[in-house]
Amino acid sequence: MRKELSILIIIIFGLFLGLIALDLTFGDPDNTAMDDYFIQNGQEQAATNNIVTTIVFDYRGFDTLGESTVLFTAVIGVALMYRKLVKGDADENE
Amino acid sequence: MRMSKIVRFAADVLFGAIVIFGLYVIMHGHLTPGGGFQGGAIVATGAALVIVAHSYEEVIGMIKKAVLMAQESAGLVMFAGVALIAIGLGTTFFFNFLANSGSLFGMTVPFGPNPGELNTGGVLPLMNIAVGIEVWGGLAIVILYMLSGIGKKEEA
Repeated sequence: MRKELSILIIIIFGLFLGLIALDLTFGDPDNTAMDDYFIQNGQEQAATNNIVTTIVFDYRGFDTLGESTVLFTAVIGVALMYRKLVKGDADENE
Repeated sequence: MRMSKIVRFAADVLFGAIVIFGLYVIMHGHLTPGGGFQGGAIVATGAALVIVAHSYEEVIGMIKKAVLMAQESAGLVMFAGVALIAIGLGTTFFFNFLANSGSLFGMTVPFGPNPGELNTGGVLPLMNIAVGIEVWGGLAIVILYMLSGIGKKEEA
């Protein structure tokens, strides 16, 4: 009974996602002003051939600063969690 | 707990190649797919390989956690510092003051296909290097902490 119910739920959920996927369109956004600006001016303004790097590090530099801070905080959290796990290593971990 | 001699030798040989590939991905972040985050993760993978192949105690004798933590902090400070230099020069935060200047990383890039010139990009290569050393130190110290208990059960 439980197994049949699971299979039924999987089929219903799969149909749900499949019907949504059939209705999607890709590669034709309505507003392209910003994309066109980056593609036309990115290479001259940042002197970089890689437009993705230009956006990530130059136009959206604040976002990358936040990402770096998130990574830093995550490492601090892991270091705090594992602080006293190993015996004899406690002094160095602090 | 150490692995067999074959595994240790293979890890030692592969470590150099992994580190060089990771540094290549960091250095060419403004030309090819990849960048600081990806390259730093590749270098940290090499560190994970060495820690798994050798014992934790052997690796901790060579690398100090404080050094990796200082490296991570230095990367973040360098990233914010490069962005702050732009304010000192009278422009906005994160302004690309080295682009098209003719000095370090200052070659002009024409509109069109990628010729693959390394000496371009302004401050972007510097920021890639900063993020690279930050991710390298950060992920390596996370791996070092998480694998610090490896092989403990066999000894007890």
